[in-house]
Amino acid sequence: MSAHDELHAHDDGHGHDDDLGIHATLSGYMTGFVLSVILTVIPFWLVMGHVITKSSTAAVIILALAAVQIVVHMIYFLHMNAKSEGGWNMLALVFTIVLVVITLSGSIWIMYHLNSNMMPSMMDPSNLP
Amino acid sequence: MLSHPDLAKLIFGRLTLEALPLHVPIVMWTFVVVALGAIALLGAVTYYKLWGYLWHEWFTSIDHKKIGIMYMILGFVMLLRGFSDAIMMRGQQAVSFGASQGYLPPEHYDQIFTAHGVIMIFFVAMPMVTGLMNFVMPLQIGARDVAFPFLNNFSFWMTVAGAMLVMTSLFVGEFARTGWLAYPPLSDIMSSPDAGVDYYIWALQIAGVGTLLSGINLLVTIVKMRAPGMTLMKMPVFTWTALCTNVLIVAAFPVLTAVLAMLALDRYAGTNFFTTELGGNAMMYVNLIWIWGHPEVYILILPAFGIFSEVTATFSRKPLFGYASMVYATVVITVLSYLVWLHHFFTMGSGASVNSFFGITTMIISIPTGAKIFNWLFTMYRGRVEFELPMMWTVAFMVTFVIGGMTGVLLAVPPADFSLHNSLFLIAHFHNVIIGGVLFGLFAGITYWFPKAFGFRLDPFWGKCSFWLWVSGFYFAFMPLYMLGLMGVTRRLSHFEDSSLQIWFLIAAFGAFLIALGIACNIIQFVVSFKNREALRDVTGDPWGGRTLEWSTSSPPPKYNFAFTPRIHDHDAWWMMKKYHWQRPLSGYLPIHMPHNTGAGFFMAVLSFVLGFAMIWYMWLLAIVAFVALLVVAIGHTFNYDREYYIPADEVGRIEQSRTDLLASHV
Repeated sequence: MSAHDELHAHDDGHGHDDDLGIHATLSGYMTGFVLSVILTVIPFWLVMGHVITKSSTAAVIILALAAVQIVVHMIYFLHMNAKSEGGWNMLALVFTIVLVVITLSGSIWIMYHLNSNMMPSMMDPSNLP
Repeated sequence: MLSHPDLAKLIFGRLTLEALPLHVPIVMWTFVVVALGAIALLGAVTYYKLWGYLWHEWFTSIDHKKIGIMYMILGFVMLLRGFSDAIMMRGQQAVSFGASQGYLPPEHYDQIFTAHGVIMIFFVAMPMVTGLMNFVMPLQIGARDVAFPFLNNFSFWMTVAGAMLVMTSLFVGEFARTGWLAYPPLSDIMSSPDAGVDYYIWALQIAGVGTLLSGINLLVTIVKMRAPGMTLMKMPVFTWTALCTNVLIVAAFPVLTAVLAMLALDRYAGTNFFTTELGGNAMMYVNLIWIWGHPEVYILILPAFGIFSEVTATFSRKPLFGYASMVYATVVITVLSYLVWLHHFFTMGSGASVNSFFGITTMIISIPTGAKIFNWLFTMYRGRVEFELPMMWTVAFMVTFVIGGMTGVLLAVPPADFSLHNSLFLIAHFHNVIIGGVLFGLFAGITYWFPKAFGFRLDPFWGKCSFWLWVSGFYFAFMPLYMLGLMGVTRRLSHFEDSSLQIWFLIAAFGAFLIALGIACNIIQFVVSFKNREALRDVTGDPWGGRTLEWSTSSPPPKYNFAFTPRIHDHDAWWMMKKYHWQRPLSGYLPIHMPHNTGAGFFMAVLSFVLGFAMIWYMWLLAIVAFVALLVVAIGHTFNYDREYYIPADEVGRIEQSRTDLLASHV
């Protein structure tokens, strides 16, 4: 964050910030829109057209396209890049990704272990120690 | 009651006269006392014609200092309620042996321990931590207010609305009997069909809105509104810990909101997130709520660490030892706090690999915490330590917290946890770190910043009485619980058969009695200090010889905090300014742009309370009306264009001149 931004935010901290620091252009929004449409149509087509018979493969592809879609939205609609807001956006993004990965993978790991370790031995007495 | 049953149901839902505890004498007497107290308070406010003053100067205020003070008052009032629960439990456990069943029936006892946990965490520790951050942090970074002043007022009133719902449950219906985290299947609609768990859900959801919004608000304030020159590594340590705490709030509280929303859907809409049918899994609730729950304990303790850092440096007359290591330790704790949540349920049935991983991460988190302890000790080393009250709390914290930390590492070893989990050893451990860490920190902070907030110091004699009673009371109350836990006594029991245990519970009850005296001394301290305020007056604005910017302005600070935005060249900004004989500028004032007071936050919180109450009792009609009204007020507030005004330059000049005169008359 530059010194100017700080001063500005400070002096005018209670309301309208006119200078958003975003250079929105029509072509940027159009690029984002077209990419989003493409990335949405492909999964739709994959599911409706039964293009891939194995559902797990289809799910992986759809998830991957969804991830790409998230990046498209962040760049073209939220105007994020490594330098916006003095790097705070990037920092917040990295932190968010770290936490989401920890939370999701940790939960899946824990719940998988709960099921795999507890359920069979509870149901089958011969597995008891 | 209305004659037509359907109409009555539409209006009153499942609320009937049976929900009023007319047949429970303890609750009725409590109600009588509370009602008389409330009538006396309201009468006094009316008699002294204070309603207008309270409304215009406090309730609608969007000044971060006043909101911070109101948060502290909320926390202190709720401390009285939470402590009443605690002393009832201690009393019950001290007498309920063998043939004696004690004086609390089990269903009442279960509500008390649930309410105690919920109140102490959500409505004592959280408001006090938020209040101190609200009051101190903008002053420390040289700002005039927080980033979103209206949101700050709204957040506060939402927290109050949540607290009021918990208080309502005492007299209308009942509170949850599930323990403070309301694990299903006990908290689902089959096992807890009454309104208790619904009170729990709605109180926490409404207060959670406030907590999350204030987290965003303070985070933005720190990121965007620091005085020019204050780079991140020049921020005071308390502001650093506030930054990390608010990052944790913003990241963790949505998880709590989501998990409680799913529990609410299970109870209201018949979904199966946490049931045993249709793929539901109650263990997922435990997993999710601790993903919030573990960061939550660091949300509470990090600001306390910040307070101790400020206090130690001030009263040792030295810069904080290892500023950079303190900052890195705080950041490392922030990230690591997301990697340890499974240690709250080692025994739920994960495998050895999962338990080992989380056991090791838990032990690792003690390393940065230990580094902080050494930083404080080295700050004191060869300093000119002045044992003023805040410093006494800090030393008591260091001793007590280290004990709590070591029992924590003990519990982090999964095999040890298998024998200690759910025992009184665990209860002793977390009270050891929360009382010895968070509460002692809050008391240190209150004593330290009280003169800044009100312009006079707290009376040291009654403060020391309170200190010694609290500290000794804590040891008497919780050391026996360690012993009992090692003997295998589990938590949340209202009756014991083995009378050989009774002596330990009697000692613990004696400790709770000492703490009660300590709280009484706290109250006496406030009254005595207020009466002696002229003798205790702080005219300099810097009663302790402070190091950070909040001490550069007057006590109490003017509405606008700083007539001129300070420029920062190093950390310990005010210390440097004093060292280089900085002179207050006495002319050249400019008009100051300030936000207007508004009652919108208050009204929205009242409507949220009504909405929560209506949802708890299935009063669908009232719920819809309250929800629509909430939307109307929120949208209506966006059309309020009268949001800001300027304090004219000559008024700023007058206020600053009166300070100049005050300083000159007391040289």
